[in-house]
Amino acid sequence: MVPLYMAFIIGGALCLIGQIIMDFTKPKITPGHILVGYITIGAIISGMGFYQPLVDIGGAGAAVPLSGFGHLLAQGAIEAADSKGILGALSGGVASTAAGITAAIVFGYVAAVLFNPKD
Amino acid sequence: MSAKKKGMQSVVFLNPPCLASWASIVGPKEGEGPWGNSFDVKLSDYLLGENTWEKAESKLLQDTVTMAMSKQGLGVDEAEILLAGDLLNQIASANFAARSLNIPFLGLFGACSTMAESLILGAMLLDGGFYQRVIAATSSHHYSAERQFRFAIEQGVQRSPSAQWTATASGAVVLEAGGAGLKITAATVGKIIDMEQSDVNNMGAAMAPAAADTIKMHLADMELASDHYDLIVTGDLGSVGAALLRQLFVRDGLVPAPNYSDCGILLYDEKQDVHAGASGCGCSAAMLCGPLLAKMQRGELNKLLFVGTGALMSPTTSFQGESIPCIAHAVAIENI
Amino acid sequence: MNMPQNQQLKQAEAAEYKALVDQVNPKPTYIKNCVWAFVIGGLICMIGQIITNGLIKSGMELKAASSLTSVSLIFLAALFTGLGLYDELAKRAGAGTIVPITGFANAIVASAMEFKREGYIFGVGAKIFSVAGPTLVFGFVISVIIGLIKVITD
Repeated sequence: MVPLYMAFIIGGALCLIGQIIMDFTKPKITPGHILVGYITIGAIISGMGFYQPLVDIGGAGAAVPLSGFGHLLAQGAIEAADSKGILGALSGGVASTAAGITAAIVFGYVAAVLFNPKD
Repeated sequence: MSAKKKGMQSVVFLNPPCLASWASIVGPKEGEGPWGNSFDVKLSDYLLGENTWEKAESKLLQDTVTMAMSKQGLGVDEAEILLAGDLLNQIASANFAARSLNIPFLGLFGACSTMAESLILGAMLLDGGFYQRVIAATSSHHYSAERQFRFAIEQGVQRSPSAQWTATASGAVVLEAGGAGLKITAATVGKIIDMEQSDVNNMGAAMAPAAADTIKMHLADMELASDHYDLIVTGDLGSVGAALLRQLFVRDGLVPAPNYSDCGILLYDEKQDVHAGASGCGCSAAMLCGPLLAKMQRGELNKLLFVGTGALMSPTTSFQGESIPCIAHAVAIENI
Repeated sequence: MNMPQNQQLKQAEAAEYKALVDQVNPKPTYIKNCVWAFVIGGLICMIGQIITNGLIKSGMELKAASSLTSVSLIFLAALFTGLGLYDELAKRAGAGTIVPITGFANAIVASAMEFKREGYIFGVGAKIFSVAGPTLVFGFVISVIIGLIKVITD
C-alpha cells in the first residue's frame, strides 16, 4: 500500500503546478481550463506510458487529481482496444470512468434538488 | 449652438432641477460596511421574501423608488416618469419593477454608469419642460449579477485581486423642476473609451480612461479649475481603477489634483474580502442616495461631481474575447 | 491615408496604458496561494489514500478500491458544495480544490444548483454540464484517439 505522505506530496505537487499555471497566466486560464487541461494532458502522458509509474509511487496522490482521471480514460481505451479492437477504442475510456462520471452527475442532481445556493 | 450646450460634450441647466427626495437600500454585506448606517434600509437577507435573486433585485428597486417618493408623502403614481436600469440582460429588474410601479417608464442600460445616465436624462427632461417630477433609479444584486457575468455561486474559484464585488444595493432620486435645495447644475455625457482591456476581473482598469476623459472634458467645457469641486466621486472604479485614474489625472495635467474618491472603495471595509472594492449600478446609486447627498444636505459638501462609470461588455462579447468598451458620465450637483 | 496613422496612435496609447495597468495591478499572493494549493490538494489526495487503503485492507482489489475512492470523494465534494462550504475553501486553496476530482464534482454540483430556479429539466438538467461538459468532451475524444492509435499500432 502507498504510504499517506507520498499521496500527500504527489497530490500536493500536482495541485501546486495548477496554481502556478493559473497565477502566472491570469486572466487567461480559468478553473475550467485547468479541468480540461489536466484530463487531456493526463491522458496523453498516460498513453505514452509515463503516468502509471506516478500512480505506483503516489497512489491516490496521482489518481485523485484530474490527470488521474485522464489516466483512467487512456488506460481504459488501451485495454479495451487490445481486447475488442475499434469498438473497444470507442467504449473503453468511458467504461473505465463511468462510475465517477455517473456519481458526479447523480450526486450533482440530488444536491441541486436538496440545496439552494447561498441561503 | 444651443444655449444649454456648453463646450464639446457638456450641458448646463438653465432651470436647474432639484433633488427633492431620495432613498437607498443596501444588502447585508453593504450594511456592514463603513457607511452602513447612512443608508435608509439595511436588508437582513438577499432574497427579500422572493424565490429568485432576479425577483429580489426587482423588488429592491421597486421598494427604493416607493420609499424615495414616500419621503415627500407622495405615492409613486404622482411621479410622471421613471428612468431606471440595472445590470441584468434586457434590464430585467428595471422592467419588472416598472411593471409593478405602473408609471411611464424609460429603461436605460449604462452598466455601472446608469445612475449618472438616469440623472442626466431626468434633469434634461425637467429643464426641457416636458415633466415636473421624474424618478431616476438603479439597482444591482450580487448573486443575480454574479451568475450572469461570472461563475456559478457555489463553484470554487479564486477571485482575482483586481476583481470587484457586485454590490446588492439600490438608489432612487426624485427630481423636480424648480424647487429649493440640492440642484443638478451641469452634466457631461461621455464617449465610449476602449483601451483594449479585456479582463472582466479588472473592470476598474478598463473604465479608468473613460472616467479620466469625461472629467477632463467636463472641467474644460465648463472652464473650471481642477479643484473646483469639493469632491469628485467616481462609481465604481474600485481600488485598481482609482489608482489608475489618479495617475491619469497627472498625465492629463489636472493640477492641483482634484479631491477625488470612488464609491467602489467607499462602500466596503477593506476587511470584507471584496478585493478591489465594489461595483454594480446599485453601488454608486446607494452611495449617492445614502451618505453623499446627506453630507451635501448638511452642508459638509457643497459642490459634488458624480461620475458614473460603466463597463459595457456583455457576457457574449467577453466570451468571444472582445475588449471592454467603457463610458463615464458626469453630473454636477450643487448646494445653492 | 489618415486612418492607419490614427490606428497606430491608438495602438500606441493602448500599449502605453497596458504598461501602466501592469504596474498598478495587484499581483496574486504567489507564495501564499502555492502553499495553500499544495497543502489542501495534498490533504484531499491523502484522504483519498486513507479511503483506498481502508478498502484494500477490507479485501477489495486495488482497481475497485480506487474507483470507489473517487466516488466517495465526489460524494463528499457534492455534500460540501451543497452546504456552501466548498467555495469558501476554494477561495484560499485555489488549484488545491480544483485539480483533485473533487473540483470536477464541485463544478458539476455548483452549475446544477445554480439553475434550479430555471427548472429541473432544462435548468438543472442542461446546465449541470456547463463546466464539466468541455472536460468530458476532451476526455472522451482523447481516449478514443489513444484507443485508435493502440488499434493501429498493434
